[in-house]
This record gives sequence, structure tokens and C-alpha cells, in this order.
Amino acid sequence: MREHDILFARGQMAMSLAFHIVFAVVGIAMPVLMVMAEVLWLRTRNRVYLDLTRAWAKGTAVLFAVGAVSGTVLSFELGLLFPTFMKHAGPVIGMPFSLEGFAFFTEAIFLGIYLYGWNRVRPVWHVASGVVVAISGTLSAVFVVIANAWMNAPRGFRVEGDRFVDIDPIAAMGTPFAVHEVLHMLLAAFMVTGFAVGAIHAAILLKRGPSPFHRTALALAFSIAAPSALLQGPVGHLAAQEVAEHQPMKLAAMESQFKTEAYAPLRIGGFPDEEARVTRLAIEIPGGLSFLSFNRRDAVVKGLEEFPRRDWPSPIVHYSFQAMVGIGTMAMGLALWGIVVRIRKKALPEGKWFLRAIIAAGPLSVVALEAGWVVTEVGRQPWIVYGVMRTADTVTPMPGLFVPFACFTLLYIALAFATAAVLWRQIRHSPGVLDEAPASAARPSIVAGGPS
Amino acid sequence: MYANLCALAALVCLLLYALLGGADYGGGVWDLFARGPTAKAQRATIEHAIAPVWEANHVWLIVVVVILFTAFPAAFAALVTALHVPLTLMLVGVVLRGTAFTFRHYDSKRDDVQKRWGRVFAVASLFTPFLLGTMLGTIAMGGIRMVDDLPVGGFFAPWISPFPILVGLLTVVLFGFLAAVYLTNEPAEEAVTEAFRRRALASAGAMFVLGAVTLAVAKSLAPAMAEGLFRAPIVLVAGGLSLVGSVATVWKRRYGAARALAALSVTCVIGGWGIAQRPYLLPPDLTIANSAAPEVTLRLLVWALVIGSVTLVPSLYYLFRVFKGEDALSPLDRPDPGTTTEAPPAVKGSRTGSS
Repeated sequence: MREHDILFARGQMAMSLAFHIVFAVVGIAMPVLMVMAEVLWLRTRNRVYLDLTRAWAKGTAVLFAVGAVSGTVLSFELGLLFPTFMKHAGPVIGMPFSLEGFAFFTEAIFLGIYLYGWNRVRPVWHVASGVVVAISGTLSAVFVVIANAWMNAPRGFRVEGDRFVDIDPIAAMGTPFAVHEVLHMLLAAFMVTGFAVGAIHAAILLKRGPSPFHRTALALAFSIAAPSALLQGPVGHLAAQEVAEHQPMKLAAMESQFKTEAYAPLRIGGFPDEEARVTRLAIEIPGGLSFLSFNRRDAVVKGLEEFPRRDWPSPIVHYSFQAMVGIGTMAMGLALWGIVVRIRKKALPEGKWFLRAIIAAGPLSVVALEAGWVVTEVGRQPWIVYGVMRTADTVTPMPGLFVPFACFTLLYIALAFATAAVLWRQIRHSPGVLDEAPASAARPSIVAGGPS
Repeated sequence: MYANLCALAALVCLLLYALLGGADYGGGVWDLFARGPTAKAQRATIEHAIAPVWEANHVWLIVVVVILFTAFPAAFAALVTALHVPLTLMLVGVVLRGTAFTFRHYDSKRDDVQKRWGRVFAVASLFTPFLLGTMLGTIAMGGIRMVDDLPVGGFFAPWISPFPILVGLLTVVLFGFLAAVYLTNEPAEEAVTEAFRRRALASAGAMFVLGAVTLAVAKSLAPAMAEGLFRAPIVLVAGGLSLVGSVATVWKRRYGAARALAALSVTCVIGGWGIAQRPYLLPPDLTIANSAAPEVTLRLLVWALVIGSVTLVPSLYYLFRVFKGEDALSPLDRPDPGTTTEAPPAVKGSRTGSS
């Protein structure tokens, strides 16, 4: 029974995070898109930009609300499900959480002003509010990811018996995983949001034909997605090198490297067989893993055989890693395609295949985002604080954890459908979809410069 | 000293959550009970009042949680273990309330769609503060005790008992009262303002009755709490007087003053609770001192709170000025010199009116 409860606690946490992360990345990148569109509106006075700002603001309002409440759930859930973890880790990593609290507070305040203050503040203050939303959204992601980085590479305390002593919260925030996790996450946020937004507008373009509104939207969305996708490659490489140095077991699980060896191959695809301790049907590039991990083909990479069998992370880490890298590589190709055409023709490709590729990139980049978190979090198991505290030892003594797990799963499934339905309705009412005038056609007070 | 400062900060944030977020829940309750020819206008006024600010108001709760697990990890662990069930239910309420409210605003304006989201929003606005109050009641009566990391009395009995349930009901009525008084200050047609005035008076009546019953039974059900309350009689008296004053000013239609007095009375209730409970966080075992984090964490947290407030207070001031004040244009023309800046303009009594 206890084993089941532990699994349900982990399941509930995983499900809550997987749900929240989608809305969190939107909360980071959507404000940037809104502000870009609004600045272009103020500079060019081209109506399309205003319509776009308003359409995106409506979508952001819905997605931000879902992100805010699911984030609240998470702030409690860490304690509800893993009270022993919070009891020990709270004083060490409370600092990034506190800073995140203030960043999120600022984001919520200025988003309120941005969404409801169109006619109440001057245009320049309105844009400025959007900029504050974008900055504070990014900062709150930075702080939360630092807390997660600490769980993967804990610093700033010593273990004495079952207590953490010599606590140094500043040193904890300096965890070696902070830099790459933060960069990787922020780029993912811009890439996922850019491609997802682009996919919606590309789908409408594909179905309904040319429209300045949707073409402009696609161009803006692509302009944040493409550079992020290209930068994600080198940042991902940096991340893998840090993992290789600090979490060799996770690296071995990602690559399904069972044996400790020099000239370890880089595997593409493949099916790990944990009993036989081999990985079948993978394309192997000799020495590739050694070289990518340690810059030397003859470097020794530790295999899973170095670690107790019961501690091996689930093979899902391998599949997720392959999915993330595969999708990331395709996204880089798509980004290059768009950028090259744009430089040569001063406009994005307009053909059907480019639109189709963007439409595919939307959902696929969400898959890559989730897969990336599976690699980080499932790959960290069986530890909740890597090498220090086991997840199983921190789970609440509360029995029957199936019930809250089932509750939140059903709630979030219902919420996902409801959110999709509301967004679907908004998209249907965007210009050129139902052949009606833009809903936001007449709001003269913005043009007139507010009620001053 | 830092531990006491952190505990005080948690209490102040809880107070602000009650004054601001609590009123948003109360608004939902009045959405549920919107009746009469102006029902639709009442709902519109409530939505208009809540929409720009509820997300910011809600963050106070997160700040309370963060302060608790950073500064008082032992108490936090006991709290979330013993109150796992009501906390989980409250979170379901938090999710439903927030999303349904937003969906109603942005979904189809068709009546059935609006009604569906409106119902979810309103019902969640009712049971979420009830659960919050129940948990505060459980803490106040000393119902959270851990032996071998397991809650004494199990996971249900401590909070499903008369005193917590009374405090839960009192919380709902209190938030409803706050919301009704605030709503009389919102720009609206007179009939709507009158409707909120009647609701303020009715909920004040319910609050007097419930408050008296709660105080009466506290002597036997939460004796330490009751004794503590009478240790600071001045707070009790101030709370009672401001409540009476608030009702009187509502009666006289002086809504700005009523808003300030209502907020003051809630401040007295929560402040009084804090004083009564000192030095305990979770009586009868966990005190501020014995559940506190190491000094270095507390010191950093206090500094983070101070520095955070430097950005937060002007931002909040701007938010409330834009949506609740008269002159919305400049955030910098009148920096607030008062010490009560953290409290909402709601207590500063500048009446917007329908002018």
C-alpha cells in the first residue's frame, strides 16, 4: 500500500507540473509577443498590430489565469505530498521561492493593469505595464528553475544525521545547474510559445488563404521561436555536459549507456533492455557520447552498471530524451529554413509546406517541453534532493493518496478541455475566420491617448 | 527577533489576503445570492470590481505559504500533513473559482454558458473561504498536534468539529460583509448600491450572531484561544467598536468611512487572533521559536521581504489607483507617505462614486 501511495504522490506532482508548465511558458513568452505587437502598433499605426495585440491579450488572460491557479496548487503541493522534503529543504531554498513570489506578484499586478487598463492609463504606461509583465514573468521562471536546479545539484548545507546544518541560502542559489537550466527553460518557453502561436495562425492561413492579420501574427511568433530554437542546440549541449559531470547516472539513463567505457557511442533512438543490459536497434556513432560529454573521444563515460539496479531511473528517461533532442533538431531545421528565406526574400516562406511544418512544430514543441522535464525530473529519481534525500522517504503519511491524485487528474483534464474550448471560441472570432469584422474595431480612446 | 518578524510578516500577509482576496470571495458569494430586478447589474458590478485585481490579491496567500515553509518549516510540515484533506479541497476551490471567473469573462456571452461558469465561480467562492476558515479554526483551538509525524486525531476529526466549522462559517460571513461594504463604493446605479447596502447590513447581523456564538463556545472548545483573546481586551473592544461603526456608517450611506471601518474590524479580528496565540504558531506544541529555520535564513527572508516590498507597495498602489482611485494617469505624482500603503486604498476611504 505504501508503495502505491508513493507512486500516487509522485504521479500527482508530475501531473500537476506537466499541466502547469504549459501555462507557465505561455506566461513568460506571450507578454513579449503582446508588447512587440503593441509597440509596432504605436510606431506604425497599422490597425493589424492593434487587433493582434488585443487578440493575443485575450488569449493570454485566459492562459495566465489557469497558470496562476495551477501554480498556487503547486506551491502547496510540494508540502502536501512531500512534507518531509519541505521541512528540510524549505530553509535552504525558500529564498528563490520568496523572490519568485515577488516576481509573480509584480506580474499579476501589471497584467491586471495591462488587460483591463486600456482606457485607463496612457498608451506609454500601457506598453510599460506589458514590459513589466514580460520581465517579471521571466524573473519568476528564473527563480523557480533555480529551486529545481538545487534539487538536482544541491549546495549550501551539510547533512548531519537527519538534519541539514550550516545552511547557506545564497550558496544554494549558486548551484552549478542554475545557469544551464534557466537558459534552457527560457529558450524553451519562447520556442514553444512561438511555435504554438505560429501553428494556430498558420492553420488559419492554410485553411482560409492569405490574411494580413494572420501573416503578421505568424511572422512575429516565428521571430521569437526561430532564434530560440537555434540557440537551444548549444545550450542543450551545455546542459548535457553539466549532467555528465554532476549526475552521471542520469546521463547513463538518457543515453541507455549500461557499460562503463571509453569511446562511448552516441545513440540515436534504440530500445534499452534492462535485463540484458543492452540497447537494441540504436544508431550508434562511435565515441560520440564521450566526445559530447567530455570533449574527448577516449573519455570514460560511467554506465548504469556503476549504480545499484534498484536506483536506475525509468527507461522513459531515454525515450523522452530522444524525443526532445529529435524534435529540437527538427525545430532548428525549420528555423533555418524560415530565416534563410526571410533574409533572401524579405518575407517568410508562404508555401503550404512551410505552413504545415509550423503547424506540426506547435504541438511537437510542447511534447519536447514535457519530455525535457521528464528527463530532468524522472532522471533525478530516486532522489528528491540529488544524492541526499530519497523521494520515498519524504512522502506524506496520509493514506489513500489515490483520491487526491484522481481528483486533480480529473480536474485538470476537465480544465484542459474547458481552456481549449474557450480559446477555440476566441480563435474562431479572430479576423478572417468567421468572415466578420474584427471584434475590436472601435476603441477610439486608445488612439486618442486615454482619458486625459 | 527575526523569527518574530517573519511570523508578523506571515500574519500581515494573511490579513491582506483576508482584506483583499477575502473580499473577492465575498463578491462571488454575492454573485451566488444576486436576486431581484437588479440581479444582473449586481453581477456586472461584482465582476467589474474583481476582474483587474483578483489575481494580484490572490498572491498574498502564496506569500503566506512561502514565508511559512521558509521560516517555519517544522510548523509548515505539521500543518500540511494534518490538514491535507481540507487544504486539497480548498485548492480545488481556488482552481475552480479563478478559472470559472476568467472563463465567464472571456467565453461566449450566451446565457447558458455565462450561467454555467457563473455558478461554478459562485459556489467555489462559497466553499473555499469556508475551508480556509475551518483550518484557521483548527489551528486556533490547538487541533494540530503531531506524534511520530502523524496527526493526533487522524486526518479528519480535528477539523470536522464544531469550533472549526463555526470559524469557517464566520469567515464566509466576514468576507461577504467586507465585499458588500466594498461594493457599495463601486460605481453603480443607486438601486444596485442599495442592494449591496442591504446585504452589508444583513451579513453584519449574521456576523454579530455567529461571532457571539463562536466567542461563547470558545471558552469550552478553544479555552487557550479564549483566554488569549481576553489578554488583549483593547483589540477586542476596538474590533467591536469599528464593526459597530462600520454598520452605522453603512446605515447612514457613508460608504467610504464604512469601508475603512470594516477593514479595521477585520484587522482587529486577525491581529487579536495573532496576539492571543503568541508565542504559538500551532498551539499547543509548535511555537515561533521552536519551529523556526536557522537564523541566516530568517535574516535573508526578512531582507527579501523588505526589498520586495519596495517594488510591491508602489506597484499595488498603482494598481488600486488605476482601478479604484479617481485619477488613474500618473503613478508617480503622489507617492503615498503613509505607513498604511500596504493596505489597499480600500481602507483609505477615497470614494469613487458614480460621479
